[in-house]
Amino acid sequence: MTTTYFNEMYDGGAVRPPYARLQDWMQSMPAELRQMKQAEAETLFRRIGITFAVYGEGGDPDRLIPFDMFPRVFLQEEWRRLERGIKQRARALNAFLVDVYGRGEIVRAGRIPSRLVYRNEAYEKAVAGFVPPRGVYSHIVGIDIVRTGPNDFYVLEDNCRTPSGVSYMLENREIMMRMFPGLFQSNRIEPVDGYSDLLRRTLASVAPAKCDRDPVIVILTPGHFNSAYYEHSFLADLMGVELVEGADLFVEHGFVWMRTTEGPKKVDVIYRRIDDSFLDPLCFRPDSMLGVPGLMDVYRSGGVTICSAPGAGVADDKAVYTFVPDMVRFYLGEEPILQNVPTWQCGKADDLKHVLANLPELVVKEVHGSGGYGMLVGPKATKEQIAVFADRIKADPGNYIAQPTLALSTVPTFVDEGVAPRHVDLRPYCLVGERIELVPGGLTRVALTEGSLVVNSSQGGGVKDTWVLAE
Amino acid sequence: MLSRTAANLFWIARYMERAETMARLLEVGARIALLPSAGHGYRSEWDSLLQASGTADGFAKKYGDPVQRNIESYLFFDHDNSSSVATCIGRARENARIVRTALTSQVWDALNTAFQEMKALERLPRSETELSRLTEWTMRHAAMVRGAIDATLLRNDGWDFLGLGYKLERADNTARLMDVKYYVLLPKVDFVGSGLDNYQWTTLLRAMSSHRAFHWAYGGDITAGKIAHFLILNPQCPRSLITSTGGAVEHLDRLARGYHASTPAQSKGRSLLGELSEMTVEDIFDEGLHEFLSRFIGEVSKLTALVGEVYLSGEAR
Repeated sequence: MTTTYFNEMYDGGAVRPPYARLQDWMQSMPAELRQMKQAEAETLFRRIGITFAVYGEGGDPDRLIPFDMFPRVFLQEEWRRLERGIKQRARALNAFLVDVYGRGEIVRAGRIPSRLVYRNEAYEKAVAGFVPPRGVYSHIVGIDIVRTGPNDFYVLEDNCRTPSGVSYMLENREIMMRMFPGLFQSNRIEPVDGYSDLLRRTLASVAPAKCDRDPVIVILTPGHFNSAYYEHSFLADLMGVELVEGADLFVEHGFVWMRTTEGPKKVDVIYRRIDDSFLDPLCFRPDSMLGVPGLMDVYRSGGVTICSAPGAGVADDKAVYTFVPDMVRFYLGEEPILQNVPTWQCGKADDLKHVLANLPELVVKEVHGSGGYGMLVGPKATKEQIAVFADRIKADPGNYIAQPTLALSTVPTFVDEGVAPRHVDLRPYCLVGERIELVPGGLTRVALTEGSLVVNSSQGGGVKDTWVLAE
Repeated sequence: MLSRTAANLFWIARYMERAETMARLLEVGARIALLPSAGHGYRSEWDSLLQASGTADGFAKKYGDPVQRNIESYLFFDHDNSSSVATCIGRARENARIVRTALTSQVWDALNTAFQEMKALERLPRSETELSRLTEWTMRHAAMVRGAIDATLLRNDGWDFLGLGYKLERADNTARLMDVKYYVLLPKVDFVGSGLDNYQWTTLLRAMSSHRAFHWAYGGDITAGKIAHFLILNPQCPRSLITSTGGAVEHLDRLARGYHASTPAQSKGRSLLGELSEMTVEDIFDEGLHEFLSRFIGEVSKLTALVGEVYLSGEAR
């Protein structure tokens, strides 16, 4: 069976409008110039220090994430619709979080099974009954979207905790502007560099109840061995805030303080890039070296805001994902603008039967997995791999969900032989504070291997600059 | 600024200064190796390098007898040696990566380039890495980092912590180099003032790139008194104890002004500098050069501990 994929640049032989000006650009670039530019881009990335480490692979810890110079382009009208859908979803997810840590109306109404919420690993009993400032739990919502046709966008998953990759969105643009200024003169491309200001404003807008001044914001990182450390320091720099580790913070007199060369300084808002379980050893993990003892007490008494709020993860669980369209209807009284991918829950007997019978056509994921690990891509797997995976599913069905293999759209990509279509996805970053904001763009990840549908950077994926054309 | 950030900056400077000292030591060793061995000279020179760098024990465990090639590898490339040039540059760069945003791109570039080139050097066969090339390379990169800091960095508290790292490490290194020359090479007091003695002192001057400067400053014969004055008490000598201590005190004073608060570190720094300013070479020799140097090294380490306590630990309130 051959699937036809939606090519975002070509409709048959014709060039689709968003890419109208890129055809000439592509053809005017001989192989030598392209290689020169590619090497230049690599030097720039390395100089900036943008590298990323792959967990458990060893090798060069300073590896670069591959950057493809061929941009991915949206028309303004395409983007407007996406934007409405993304903001709608971000609103619904936050409404859901306030609800399930409050009265739990959606569960009482029978719209989502109680066990999926209250027995979920990511559900934090420690914050039940507490409403964070402005009722926002997830301040940065990363929604992974794939496209299968001109107007067909599907949400693959929601990231309500600490979605990463936004530094690539910003740096990819910087580098493209530096290397191809002409492209930016002939195309009118919406800027994305307002992101850091928006992020700072968003974080400041959720200052805690007890804060009566211009809030002091920090970014909390697990440290320089973390694969996303570059991004943490990059964002701290752009916002002009301190990048702290757990040991830089301490709790005293009901507030959180950071250790500075001039003595303790009070902290009001913590944009944390560590998991809930490492926030506060007194509350979550006594064995954790990373946390700040007593942090949760300060949080619950309104002395500090933690972004994303502890417990936000219950909304982006892959089993809860199935119910997001219902959340949109339930809380907002609207029809969802973005589609969900049809999903089978292996925990349900009927679904499990269907999944096991159709494994070669399905993508199976762990409910709590991330980064493309522990997943099965049926059409790309061997019989043996499928058999092994079937046993794993049977051993713990509740831990797996399955989705049809989506026909991910393609965008032209520079490869050794020239230019060829490669599959892409999109992660925009929606900011939720006093207002809901979205910069026109996002991170486009591309599967660089021919035919591959896995775009994760840990598995041979690369990134592209993502353009939204002005009207 | 965050105490941890200040600590990272402080250590960037200390590691870079230490890398440079290692390279200077290696250069002296290579120079001596080129001269005809005069019975006493050759082997003990290489021994003294290990003593001076504080790596003699580690080296003996790993290699045993001091063979030139092994010493070169140990002092330059060996990651088991916590003071080797490769280790120092690697750690300086790692500290820089942590506080990347407290540095200008030029400073980061200088440190990162040194690190990347070091990795390339490590991949070369040892037969292609002449020692003189390695030591020159180290001094060049150390100078580039210092130059980038000097030319591009904001004169804020971060700059002072870098400066403190450089000056305190340098004060310590100069004192140690002198002490080893004096104590290890000349166990017998009778040798003081002898021809052999002066020959050893000359190599010390070379290690500090101060051979010619010394002659311009003093002229005439090299005597232990002149050298001690030059390396301890002369504010014109860039690596002298008084210059290094004075530099550290300047940075401490700037910090006190900027933070509107003086600490025990400032008092300690000033009293140490005050003592040096009033000293004469005769005082030093009366006390005993080795005794003086040991005491000085101890005082510098107390000052360093105070800086750590009041600024870098985050414990001070």
